[in-house]
Amino acid sequence: MSDKIKFLMEGKECTGKPGQSILQAADDNGVYIPRLCYHPDLKPGGSCRVCTVNVNGRNMAACTTPVADGMVILNETEELRDLRRALVEMLFIEGNHYCPFCEKSGNCELQALAYRLKIMAPRFPYMFPERKLDATHPAIFIDGNRCIQCGRCVRAAEEVDHKPILGFIGRGVAMRIKAGSSKGLAGVEIGPEDACVKVCPVGSIIVRETAYRTPIGKRTYDHQPIGSDIEARAPES
Amino acid sequence: MVKAKIATTSLAGCFGCHMSILDIDERILKLAELVEFDKSPINDIKRFSGQCDVGLIEGGCCNHENVEVLRAFRKRCNILVSVGECALMGGLPALRNGIPMTECLKEAYLDGPSVVDGSIPNDPELPLILDKVYPCHEVVKIDYFLPGCPPSADLIWESLVGLLTGREADLPYELIKYD
Ligand code: SF4
Ligand code: FES
Repeated sequence: MSDKIKFLMEGKECTGKPGQSILQAADDNGVYIPRLCYHPDLKPGGSCRVCTVNVNGRNMAACTTPVADGMVILNETEELRDLRRALVEMLFIEGNHYCPFCEKSGNCELQALAYRLKIMAPRFPYMFPERKLDATHPAIFIDGNRCIQCGRCVRAAEEVDHKPILGFIGRGVAMRIKAGSSKGLAGVEIGPEDACVKVCPVGSIIVRETAYRTPIGKRTYDHQPIGSDIEARAPES
Repeated sequence: MVKAKIATTSLAGCFGCHMSILDIDERILKLAELVEFDKSPINDIKRFSGQCDVGLIEGGCCNHENVEVLRAFRKRCNILVSVGECALMGGLPALRNGIPMTECLKEAYLDGPSVVDGSIPNDPELPLILDKVYPCHEVVKIDYFLPGCPPSADLIWESLVGLLTGREADLPYELIKYD
């Protein structure tokens, strides 16, 4: 078997390796597929669907679909852009995202995606749900208002930190992130260096006394859209 | 050339967005060539003189009066623009949306640590407070949105000039920010 997979991405000939997902193969070819619940150090979660691409006429999640020979993939169609916008807008209205005072603003992947997708305001009505703050731990807090249920922290705790201290309770719109102790975060073994703390794409898991250190203008997404680093990998053609 | 008419208002906002309008600095001279300000806190004109071309709304709706003013703007302005996070999503005032109204009023006027002999204001002159703070586009149809807290002067300028000259505004990545 050849160890090179050939596929078409947006009409461009690309190559991938066996075992790669469409998203990973696209990354290697310098094509950025928007994503949220995916993290390069973790197994794909496949829950946010922001990475949806069109494969041979069908919409599939790029982070969980293995790349295969002869695939014809579309990434930047107006239909897909609108679908992604709708998903990101839903995440904004489903939580309480106050960007003006959030510690993560400027470094937040949800916000950066919204910038990249040029979302000026969500089309859905705000839900203003009641969410909880877990401030029981001296070094770390979880602000449920900002959680987008991506599951990255849960996977990182299991796969990288090897201690399943975080999980979800409830289902659907009532799903909430929770530390696995009746005492909340104070009851689990967690530290600022843990992967589960670092992988949160939004301002939900925050290390205390680290906020607002980077001035506006110097933050990750102040000047370059999210995904620019991946697009810079495009091989010379 | 007939100048375009522009009206502005601040609903449940902090006037930061209006400060950002003024932040266009010397471009305000150019703006004065393009537009005539109608009802606006900038010139302190309290009533609409007629139909306006563009209305800029700062702040969301937290009370009855905000809703009345917003509806009047919708009626009197051909194009209505939500300016800033409070107009777009309620902003800081919307932090009360998860807290029951009685609890909010009690904390502010009766039980707060700095309250002495408090009472909940109930003067008929005061506009009635709404159950929660509403983004403007959930009350009336809004045509354009300028996010930011406040939106930068450059964003306001580029969008206004685009609107007034009828060409699509070319908004670079750096201008669209939610903070
Ligand atoms: S806390 Fe952060 S990493 Fe965990 S599920 Fe919520 S948004 Fe994702
Ligand atoms: S990144 Fe693929 S489903 Fe979330």
